[in-house]
Amino acid sequence: MADETDGTVGNDIVEQVAHLARIQIDPDSVANYAAEMSGVLQLAAQMDEVDTSSVEPMAHPTHAVQRLREDVVTETDRRDAFQRIAPSTENGYYLVPPVIE
Amino acid sequence: MHTLSLAAMRTALDGGEFSSVELCQHFIDRIKQQNEQLNAFVCTTEEQALRDAREADQKRASGDISGALHGLPIAHKDIFCTDGVTTTCGSRMLQDFVPPYNATVVEKLKAAGAICLGKTNMDEFAMGSSNENSYFGAVRNPWDNNRVPGGSSGGSAAAVAGRLVPACTGTDTGGSIRQPAAFCGITGLKPTYGRVSRYGMIAFASSLDQGGPMATTAEDCALLLNEMAGFDERDSTSIERDKDDYVSSLGNSVKGIKVGLPRQYFDAGLDASIEAGLQQAIKELEKLGVEFIEIDLANQHLSVPAYYIVAPAECSSNLARFDGVRYGHRCDNPQDLEDLYKRSRAEGFGREVKRRILVGTYALSAGYYDAYYLKAQKIRSLISQDFSQAFEQVDFILGPTTPSPAFKIGEKTGDPVEMYLNDIFTIPANLAGLPGISVPCGEVQSDGASLPVGMQLIGNYFDEARLLNIAHQYQKVTDWHTRIPA
Repeated sequence: MADETDGTVGNDIVEQVAHLARIQIDPDSVANYAAEMSGVLQLAAQMDEVDTSSVEPMAHPTHAVQRLREDVVTETDRRDAFQRIAPSTENGYYLVPPVIE
Repeated sequence: MHTLSLAAMRTALDGGEFSSVELCQHFIDRIKQQNEQLNAFVCTTEEQALRDAREADQKRASGDISGALHGLPIAHKDIFCTDGVTTTCGSRMLQDFVPPYNATVVEKLKAAGAICLGKTNMDEFAMGSSNENSYFGAVRNPWDNNRVPGGSSGGSAAAVAGRLVPACTGTDTGGSIRQPAAFCGITGLKPTYGRVSRYGMIAFASSLDQGGPMATTAEDCALLLNEMAGFDERDSTSIERDKDDYVSSLGNSVKGIKVGLPRQYFDAGLDASIEAGLQQAIKELEKLGVEFIEIDLANQHLSVPAYYIVAPAECSSNLARFDGVRYGHRCDNPQDLEDLYKRSRAEGFGREVKRRILVGTYALSAGYYDAYYLKAQKIRSLISQDFSQAFEQVDFILGPTTPSPAFKIGEKTGDPVEMYLNDIFTIPANLAGLPGISVPCGEVQSDGASLPVGMQLIGNYFDEARLLNIAHQYQKVTDWHTRIPA
């Protein structure tokens, strides 16, 4: 994608982004999504009025750092409980359509 | 019975005025009478609740009290995972999802003796400011059924306002506790980021999401927060810091407390009815010895633009987990793996969720990251610095919770940006990670309906106890929080 932020999104961008996000978009609604996304990005463009070249991006509100835990087992094996709510499983595996022909 | 606060119900249970079974049955009956109209609950857990209430009564009779909420009914926003009870998050994606575990918040409130009456409706994946984005239909505001209750915790707010349940859990990513609390005339607190565990709370935007209490009074919010707050090793963003006792400080004097009034919140754009409510509240607080000074929050107007990049970006990443493979909706007859992903997600997610995923995916994609996400995170720093400077001068910041009272169902669904602008006063606290509370402070007449007005108090990090203290002191000298929709 081009490095432009003029805040407008065309149908081609919607289709490309929808593919990246793995969401099927009905062809009739692509133009609508394009208009709505453009609206949001134009709102975001208001941020450009402030020069932030010397501002550090926020990493965490209270500047916390990632906590480390002891390298010990903390969870029990609950595979059956987790697989019971899956759409399709067999012998402890999750089933999906064939990936390799 | 239903007009009592949670604290008063506790006293009545202790005094034997009624039993927990009678109390829970009363609210279950109210839900049955009114939920068809309000659509505030997506599911009720009547049988389990009555079993738990009977057990609570038996334990009480033998002097065995589980905790501060022993035998008191509550409900959970349907974003909190409940073991064995469907947790939909307002989405078709999770329509049949039955979690195999409890969220920490659910576990803690249960351990304190609270009884769950059901799960409340919400905007899908907590994305919305009107509760019109739920797969299970819009929630109606008990003050005027043609109006929205606010969102995303709209079901919780409507349920508490309609006295279908005395208190609920909620979550707040950009105002989702405070804005519906204001629209429905109840009290809602968003704690400091990391104060309440997010374990088992379905993630939307992980740098912003925070759970909190919603009830009729600040005192009830304190009772709930006492149980909800605290470090949880299962949430990597949980803060390792002892919780305060939010109840014991409620009675403290607020004399000499300094409150800032941001010039930017009281400019010409503010609805006259909201301004009138706030001015009246300021006078009441002055009588209690609170001092007011004008302050500047210069970058507040950039909070909505920054939020609507950060939140969608994080949502696009968080919602990648819904793939139609491990749990949640799967499309029929997938042709291949890509088809399975694409159609399961297209069918499972609603329009607003899809739009946010698309915006977020775009904002994070190569070539755009610096211009959008990084820029927004820098704006967050500026907004946070504004607050830090303000808190060198003042204890709290007072302003409106919302730009207007509750609007009509369908009024703002046509233009997402117009809907987003409702969050202008609530988003800044989320971006900075600060705690904020919305408290009813007035009423306005509109088209023959009486609509509540909310004021917002924002505090410094981990200052929830003092926020609840000032809100409680205000509620001791006012009666807006006791008003019930006709």
